[in-house]
Amino acid sequence: MTDEQIKQAIIGIISDIAPDEDTSNIDPAIRLREQMDLDSMDFLDIVMELRKRYGVHVPDTDYMELASLDSCVNYLRGKMAGKQLVS
Amino acid sequence: MHYDAIIIGAGMSGLAAGIRLAMFDKKVVVLERHYVWGGLNSFYQYKGHQFDVGLHAMTNYAVKGARGLPLSRLLKQLRIRHDELDLHQQGFSSVSFPGEKLKFSNDFNLLRDEVARAFPHQVDGFDKLAKAVREFNELDLDAPQQDARPVVRRFITEPLLEDMIFCPLMFYGSAREHDMDWDQFVVMFKSIFFEGFARPQQGVRHVLKLLIDRYRKAGGELRLKAGVARILNSNGRAAGIELENGEQLTAEAVLSSAGLVETSRLCSAGSQPAQAVGAPPTAPVGKLSFTETISVLDKPARELGIEETIIFFSNRQRFAYEQPQDDVDTSSGVICMPGNFSLPQEPKDHLLRITNIANFDRWIAKARSAGSQPATGAGTLPAPAVGEAPTACAGEAPALRDYYAAKQRWYEQSCADVLGHIADFRSHVKLVDMFTPRTIRHYTGHEAGAVYGSPRKLRTGQTGIDGLYIIGTDQGFLGIIGAALSGISMANRWVLQRDGAAVEA
Repeated sequence: MTDEQIKQAIIGIISDIAPDEDTSNIDPAIRLREQMDLDSMDFLDIVMELRKRYGVHVPDTDYMELASLDSCVNYLRGKMAGKQLVS
Repeated sequence: MHYDAIIIGAGMSGLAAGIRLAMFDKKVVVLERHYVWGGLNSFYQYKGHQFDVGLHAMTNYAVKGARGLPLSRLLKQLRIRHDELDLHQQGFSSVSFPGEKLKFSNDFNLLRDEVARAFPHQVDGFDKLAKAVREFNELDLDAPQQDARPVVRRFITEPLLEDMIFCPLMFYGSAREHDMDWDQFVVMFKSIFFEGFARPQQGVRHVLKLLIDRYRKAGGELRLKAGVARILNSNGRAAGIELENGEQLTAEAVLSSAGLVETSRLCSAGSQPAQAVGAPPTAPVGKLSFTETISVLDKPARELGIEETIIFFSNRQRFAYEQPQDDVDTSSGVICMPGNFSLPQEPKDHLLRITNIANFDRWIAKARSAGSQPATGAGTLPAPAVGEAPTACAGEAPALRDYYAAKQRWYEQSCADVLGHIADFRSHVKLVDMFTPRTIRHYTGHEAGAVYGSPRKLRTGQTGIDGLYIIGTDQGFLGIIGAALSGISMANRWVLQRDGAAVEA
C-alpha cells in the first residue's frame, strides 16, 4: 500500500466513525484531534477498524502514533505493506 | 448456542451495546421479554393514536458539530449522522412553584437571566454553582461519592431556589428520595440546563427504529418474547442464561440492563447456590415510581394559551421528591406538551401528558387479583369529555374494577392540580390513557416499578461475578442518551477492549 493509500484508509475509517465530519481537507501534519471532534473512544474505533479491515494490530502503547495522518503513515507503512485498500 | 455476548433487555442501553458488539463482528444476541423493544422508552398504539411511553424529551441536546458532548459521542460511537435523529428543539420550558416561575430553554442564558430577575441576591451564587457543575468531571469513576444538597447550599442559600433547581433534575433521573448524588446532579444539570431538550417529529419510535436498523444491519440477533429466567454460573463466572422456556444460551459475557436488584435475583434463581459462586452486591429497591396521564386534546395546547414545552411544577413551597403515602402525589409533577417542540409539522394528536410520583405497593394492591397482564390500552379510562361508559371494566374481577376506578379518580385529581400552572384544558379532552407503577413494572421489569432503578449505582458495571456486567439505568448514566452511552461504554470496556488486550497478549 502506498503512503497515499494509507492516508485514504485512515480517512475512510474516520468518515465512517464520524459521519458528520468533513474529511476532505485534513492537514496531514496537524493532530487529528485538533482538526475534528475525536476522543479516546474514537481512537479505539480507529484501532479496531484497522484490525477488522486490514488485520493490523496496534497495541495500546502505540495509540499516540496515530495522532496525525503523517504519523499514521510513518507508523503503519511497514504494517500495511502488501495490503489492499478497502473502500 | 454460544455467543460472544448475551445482552438482557432491548432498551436503549441494550441496543446500543448490541450495535457496538455486532459492528465489530461479535456474535451477539439481545434478549427482550416483550414483543416490542424500547424498555422504559417504548411506544404503543391505542384507538388509532400513537403514544410514547417514558419519553417526554430527549435531554443532552447538542447542535450538529458541537464537540465533546454526550450526544456527539453517542452519534460517533453508533455512526449515526446528526440529521438522522431528526431532532427539533424545545421552545422553552419552566419550573413553576407557588408565586415563582423560572423559564429555561436550550440557551442557558435564559435560566441565568430568570434567576437574576426572580432571585437577584442569589445570582452570584448561581453563577458559581454553574461553574462548579461545568468544571466537575462526571466521567471520573474514582471521584468520591457525595450528596448534592450540601454542595448546592454552598452557593444557593434560598430554599425555594434550591428546590426549583432540584425539581427538574430529580423528576428526570433521580433514583434517590430527597437528595441526589453530586455526580448525578452534575449529569442532570448539564443534560437539562446546559444542553437541553429536543425531540424527533415521530418521537421515541424514530430513535428506536434507527437503533434497531443499525443493529440488524451490523448482523446482530434480536429475540423478542425471550424472557430470561436465570443467569448461569460456572465456577464463579457467568456462563450464559436460561430462558423462561428452558432453553440455555452460553456466552463469554452477559450484559444485563435488567437492573441491579433484578440481575442479582436472576443469579440466585433456580436451584444453584448463588452465594457459593458469588453474586452481585445487594442493592436497595428504588422507591420512586410514577403515574402518567395522557390527554388527547381537540386543538393544540398552544391555542389554549399553554406555551411551554415542559413544566416542572410544585404546589408546595418545599418540593417533596419522595414515595407518597397515598396512591399518587399530585401536588407536584411534570406537564409535557409534545406539540410545543419546534416541530416541522403539527403532530396528528395534540397531547398533554402529566407525570406524578406514585406509590407502587398501593397500585399493585388494587390489581392483586387481576392477573399479571396490565395490557396498556385495554381497559383504559373512558374519556371524560365524551362521557363514554367504562365498558372495559364490565365483567372484570372486582379488584380490577378498583384499579380502573382509581385510575379514573387520580386522572381527574392530577388534571385539577395542574391548573395553577396552565389554562384549564379539561373541556378539550377527547381521549385519555394513563399508566401506573404496575404498567411500568410490566414493561421494564424493574422491581417496584422504579423507573430510575436502584439508588445504588455500579459505575464500573462490575458485579462481582466475572463476565457479568450491569448496563443502563443502574450503571448510573441517565436519560436516553445516557442509557445508550452506558451500553456503549460497558461494551467497549468489558468486551471490545478486553478482546483487544487478549489479542495483544
